[in-house]
Order: sequence, then structure tokens, then C-alpha cells
Amino acid sequence: MDIKLQQVSYAYAQGTPFEKRALFDVDFDIPSHTYQAIIGHTGSGKSTILQHFNALLRPTSGEVHIGDRLIVAGKKAKDLKAVRQKVGIVFQFPEHQLFEETVLKDIMFGPMNFGISEEEAEARARELVSLVGLPDNVLDKSPFDLSGGQMRRVAIAGVLAMDPEVIVLDEPTAGLDPRGQKEIMDMFYQLHQERHLTTILVTHSMEDAARYADNIVIMHEGKNVLNGSPRVIFKDVATLKEFRLEPPRIVRFQQKIEHMMGHSLSKVCLTEEELATEIAQALREERAES
Amino acid sequence: MMEKMIFGRFLPGDSPVHKLDPRSKLIFVFAFIIIVFLANNTVTYAMLLAFTLLIVLVSRIRLYFLINGLKPVLFLMAFTFLLHIFMTKEGVPVFESKFITIYDEGIRRGIFISIRFLVLVFMTSILTLTTSPISITDGIEVLLNPLKAIKVPVHELALMMSISLRFIPTLMDETDKIMKAQMARGSDLSSGPIKDRIKAVVPLLVPLFVSAFKRAEDLATAMEVRGYRGGEGRTRYRRLKWDMGDTFAIVLLVAIGVLLFFYRS
Repeated sequence: MDIKLQQVSYAYAQGTPFEKRALFDVDFDIPSHTYQAIIGHTGSGKSTILQHFNALLRPTSGEVHIGDRLIVAGKKAKDLKAVRQKVGIVFQFPEHQLFEETVLKDIMFGPMNFGISEEEAEARARELVSLVGLPDNVLDKSPFDLSGGQMRRVAIAGVLAMDPEVIVLDEPTAGLDPRGQKEIMDMFYQLHQERHLTTILVTHSMEDAARYADNIVIMHEGKNVLNGSPRVIFKDVATLKEFRLEPPRIVRFQQKIEHMMGHSLSKVCLTEEELATEIAQALREERAES
Repeated sequence: MMEKMIFGRFLPGDSPVHKLDPRSKLIFVFAFIIIVFLANNTVTYAMLLAFTLLIVLVSRIRLYFLINGLKPVLFLMAFTFLLHIFMTKEGVPVFESKFITIYDEGIRRGIFISIRFLVLVFMTSILTLTTSPISITDGIEVLLNPLKAIKVPVHELALMMSISLRFIPTLMDETDKIMKAQMARGSDLSSGPIKDRIKAVVPLLVPLFVSAFKRAEDLATAMEVRGYRGGEGRTRYRRLKWDMGDTFAIVLLVAIGVLLFFYRS
């Protein structure tokens, strides 16, 4: 399912003296099955834009196309449930949304709201618990007895249980330990590929954007200022700096290496593995020449 | 939704009213509420209204905020207004039909009662709009201090008040976030039969309570590690200062009270 934003503007508390504009003519497309990263500094409008993806917010001007649904400014949209089932959002600190007596019931809450049968919802919950890396015996526990990291996984399972076609992630790994961060991000990437999802990752981790995203949009002061593949975006360090962003660690490291070697490598590397291969290749060529 | 709530908000500014000591403002508003009931004829109500509008002018608050503060009591105002019009049976009839007769005295009283509402709401709104919640609590604490003699825990009450005021916006934000998260999971708060809507409040309230308790615990710990041990011997960072302006405000209030007393019939 693809999402298109056309000239989307949004103002909080519109029509009061406290009105605050958060988005200015934001305009970009997210084609089906892409892994899209949205990055930007604090206050750039990332969190506001993500609430437009399933019509939690309606634009104050402009249009949002969500699949074949059209959300237009000023018009009250009815029956948003279908949209919300197809676009799942994992909010920042999703563990704050847990409320049921047991983990099982909490995971079943989403699907059952969308009219899935109890048996089906339970089957999904049982499958998802192991997928998010939790032991089966947590299902009957209270979510409030779990550790913070486990609660996060339960909440993620609760969103995945809705079986969405688009999944929006808002800083999904904030506050987790490095291993947990990698596990969660790898899990989302695997799901993205296996289930042919459209994944939208809202983050300020350049490393995650570089590693997983097909395409990156950079937000700055409520506008989308750059749009392109990670290799293109991270090549231009000067422009990134303008938007108060640093390239990923690996790109900075590559620049140092290139400086030492006296010539640049054939491409901008986005992961450690890629860079290692690239350097080995370059050294081999150098040796062959001499 | 909640960002549209205006009543009880503080608007920073530097008008003479903003600069007054919270104590004088509290005394002023409290006494004013009593004085309002002195008015009972056209002259006194006109005086009240003029006085209130003068204060509005001095406080430099846009009328928008005051009228917004009026919204919650609008229904009550309209109701009492109509009650007076239909129930008063004195004076000269101005409108007669088979069912009801409206007397001029009824209209007069209806207007009076509306003015009373208006000035009360305006004055109290001006208090909260021009005084930060924290200085209101400071003022209350100092004003209630004499009650310590009869073992009223004044400091603790003031602390509770300032903590709750401090957390109102935080809890509002939290509510908004949780509401959105549950809406994204398909819970529907705004449509469907009442029974379903009441049920939909549970996924909102449980997380809200959990986080409120957690926050309270964290706050208690944070206060304790910084050595908080109650009000005994505690000095203040924000000192209250009684100025000429404060004395003037109180004198002004006494003057209007005296005037009202002489002109009432």
C-alpha cells in the first residue's frame, strides 16, 4: 500500500491564539514495499507527519492518500477503522499503551477491535510472541510484571497482530540496550521482507537509516528538505550539516580511511560489512597494480 | 482537542495587574466576590460593570480569552436569565399572551443576574490569566499561614496544590498520546453505542493511572534524595513583595465597596 502526501500543512490548536504550525507543504510519496526512513532534528515535524499516515491527524491544508483512501483538509473522514487496520503505528515508548490483565489479551486487543474472531486473534498472538523474541509462558502473565524491554516487545506484537500492510515505527528502539536495539531492528527488517510490508521508520539514528532504508526523507523545521537513497543523502555531508544532522558513524569512518589512503572508494558504504569488503577490494587492487 | 482549553491558563505579560503580588490579587478577588452581592439596582450594577471593564483594560488581556472563559457558564447564565424573566411577577407587563406574561421587573432582574455572572467570571479569569499557578499557590500558602496555629497542614496543602498544577499539562499530553496509540489499535472513543464507548475508556485509564503512580513515586524519591523534609524551617526562593500598587488595589476595592454600599437601594 502506498502513501502520498501532497502539500500537507498542519497547525496545532488552529484558530486559537496558541496556534502553532508544525508542517509546511510537506510533499513526498512512499511507494508500496519500500523501507522509508524519515529523519530530522528534534522539532522538525517528524512525529506530526507520522500521525497523518493513519489519519490520527487531518491536514489543515493539502491531501494525504493512504492506499485508495483520500484524506483531505477540512472534510471529516468517516470510517477510518479500515485505514487504521492497514497502517499500524508503533509509537515511541509503546509499552505505555499496555493495559490488559494478561499479555495474551493485550496482543488480541488490536485485531479484535477490527472484527477478527477470538480464535484467530489468539492464534496470531501465540505466533507473534515467539516472533518478537519472548518465551511462550509470558502470555498468561500480567504485562506490568515484565521488564521494560519485554513490555516493548509485547506492545510491538500488539501492533503486528493487526496484520497491517504498512508499519510505521517511531523511534522503536529508544531506551533499549544495544543488543535489544539490534534484535528489534533486525526483526522489523525481516518482517518487512517476508511479509512485503511498507515500512516507515521515523528516527534520528543515522546508523539505522543507513543500514535498513531504501529511501530517506529529511525533515527540517516542518518541511521535507531532502529525499533520496541513503548513498546519495549521506554523500553530501555539508548539506546534512546545514540541517543539523551528522552522517552515520560508518560514513565518517570511511571518510577518514579515504583521507589516509589518498583516494576515495568506489561507493559510499552504509554498513560495517560493506565498508570492510570495499577496503579489502581497494587494497587488493592496489597490490595488483604495484 | 485539549490544546483548545483556555480556562485556567496563565498568560505571561507585564501589565500592572500581572505585576501585583499574588496575595493582594487573591484578597482582591475574594473580597470582590462578596462585594458583588451588594449591588441591587441599576446604578450599582453599572458601577460593577464599569469597574470590571476598567480592570480588564488595565490587565491588557484580549477579550477573546475572557469570553472563552465564559463559555462553560454560558448555559447557567442563559438558564437563570430565562428563569427570572418568566418567574418574576412584579412591575409593569410588557408582553402578554395566553400562556405567559413578561414583566419589566423580570427583564431587569434577568439582566442584573447576567451581569453578576459576567463580572464574577471575568474577575476570576483575570486572576488566573495574570498570575502563574506557582505564585497563586505561594500566595495561598502565605495567606493561610495563620491557620497553622490550629494545626492545619498549610505547607503540605500548598505543596500538593503546586504539584497537581504542575502535572496537569503533563497528564494532558500523556492522555493525548495514549488515546492516539489506542486509536491506532482500532479502539473508538467517539462513535458507537454508549456501552462500547464506556468500555473504550478502560484502555485509556489503566495506562494513565499506571504512569501517574509511577511518576508520583519517582517524584517522591527525587524529592527525598534532595533532602526534602517538609516545610519546617524551609526558606523561599521566590519572595513575595508587597508594593505600593498592591496597597492601591486594596484601597480601590474598599472604595468601590463603600460606593456600592451607599448607592444600593
